[in-house]
Amino acid sequence: MSESSTAAPGLATRLRWELSDSLMLARRNVAHVRQVPERLLDATVQPIMFVLLFAYVFGGAIHVGGGGYREYLLGGILVQTLTFGIIGPAISIATDLTEGIVDRFRSLPMSRSAFLYGHLISDLASATLALVIMTASGLIVGWRIHSDLPHALAGFALLVLFAFAMLWVGMLLGLLARTPDAVNGVAFILIFPLTFIANTFVPAGSLPEGLRQVAEYNPVSALAAAVRALFGNPTALPSAAAWPLQHPVLSALGWCLLILVLVVPLTIRRYRVRTAG
Amino acid sequence: MSAAGRSTALPTGAHDGVVAEGLGKRYGELWALREVDLDVPPGSVLGLLGHNGAGKTTAIRILTTLALPSAGRASVAGLDVVAEAARVRERIGLAGQYATVDGLLSARVNLEMVGRLYHLPRAIARARARELLERLGLLEKADILVRTFSGGMRRRLDLAASLMGEPPVLFLDEPTTGLDPQGRNDLWTLLRELVDGGTTLVLTTQYLEEADRLADNIVVLDRGRIVAAGPPEELKARVGGERIEVTLASEEGLTSAAEALSAFADGQSVTAPEELRVTMPARAGTRLVEVVRALDAAGVDALDVHRREATLDDVFLAVTGSHGSPETPATEALAR
Repeated sequence: MSESSTAAPGLATRLRWELSDSLMLARRNVAHVRQVPERLLDATVQPIMFVLLFAYVFGGAIHVGGGGYREYLLGGILVQTLTFGIIGPAISIATDLTEGIVDRFRSLPMSRSAFLYGHLISDLASATLALVIMTASGLIVGWRIHSDLPHALAGFALLVLFAFAMLWVGMLLGLLARTPDAVNGVAFILIFPLTFIANTFVPAGSLPEGLRQVAEYNPVSALAAAVRALFGNPTALPSAAAWPLQHPVLSALGWCLLILVLVVPLTIRRYRVRTAG
Repeated sequence: MSAAGRSTALPTGAHDGVVAEGLGKRYGELWALREVDLDVPPGSVLGLLGHNGAGKTTAIRILTTLALPSAGRASVAGLDVVAEAARVRERIGLAGQYATVDGLLSARVNLEMVGRLYHLPRAIARARARELLERLGLLEKADILVRTFSGGMRRRLDLAASLMGEPPVLFLDEPTTGLDPQGRNDLWTLLRELVDGGTTLVLTTQYLEEADRLADNIVVLDRGRIVAAGPPEELKARVGGERIEVTLASEEGLTSAAEALSAFADGQSVTAPEELRVTMPARAGTRLVEVVRALDAAGVDALDVHRREATLDDVFLAVTGSHGSPETPATEALAR
């Protein structure tokens, strides 16, 4: 047996490579956005459209107790947009898998998980951009934060955690999809009921029996209610609301952690299976 | 991440080149590769010859750590491809059958990214990318998006990517597919230079001529198994060199044509009655004009008489007595 020229790298070196490889792949995704700017539309233009649509078109017809509709609306739109964040990583991962570029990465001495982390980093950056844009458009149409700084920061932290969980769901979807085109269909079937049968745009209490129960236990409702509570916006909760909506922050946090605990191992396992020969 | 816990299982006689022992890969009930032994000494070239679905790509995928073997062992650069996969990847370059470059990046950015993922310092990655772009004639298009590239340009870029880490062992899966004759010649020259510089090369091809031009040793695969192996000269001695093919106007002349041809034959001639064709391995120095005269004298009504190089089909005919099995779609689909 011949002696190999170098010894296996130590832990510190491996961690440094893990990080630099992930950042390298995140940069690749950012470079893609420069070539295909449409990919950023759902993080930029779409939330603005929803703010304008509901603030000025539907808003006049929806009445929410405890403050103006726009004060109510923004918590819902923030959560809805981050839920749509599932689509970005799902499409870019499904595309990479069909184009064979993953074989190139896998034949290189880079860290294997860097592919997933790279997507996570760049998509988290675009979710943060979406958050900033929505907050700004909310402020423009008259939404305000009425709580104190710690609560406001907690609200944003909860949103980032939720975005993070949704990106993992998106990565899993991308690894399960056969083609990038399949992602859109599946994602919409998943996301539309999730974000509309909820208290996103109208209070859950106004929904008919049956749908109301679905909305009350929908994680999107818990998130929207939690964000509204933390920002000091009207939550429009009836006193008889279900437990998750009575304790929105706790249940929102619980949902995010539950999703991560379920989806992260599934995603990693699916990634291994999908890329194994 | 690394398989540090796994014990290494090097094949006997492992060296800095490529060695495989009893290598096999099973997809469900189907063996895409079975009992394959390989020995590629450092600095030499192995040509894996076979039709689509013969197991060439499967073999490459196992040796480049992209797939796990179901049986047997293999070493690349003295390292176990399963237990020491991470370290194997530091020492190999791979240009797959489907150009694995990023269409939404420029050629230069693609190469620099690959260099960085080999953990080269930025300045070195940049310099090497430039050098390879120049060497492969892509410098003019260096900053254009790769998705606008022609198939041949993509292949060249893919090859450049595989060379970014200056790998001691290089794997090329059908490297000349999609290249024009000029591109193929340039590639052959480049590969010869690399091998002269000490690189160990494993390449797959469907063309006997290509294996003959480049390889020190040829392994012929059929349905996942080795059906012939040896230096090109040996294989050619078994197969014979040039072929003379006669196509007839009607069935009657087949026997007399075969008889007339036997005077020039270096081995058994083959008659294909459905195609009204007789193929014969020609003895060295045979002149086509004499063949035509002999056929004429035998009263054979020939539509066409021509001379051609021996092909993979002729190899199969010579070593297995059949045409081999081009396209076993099931294996091909599973190997993807």
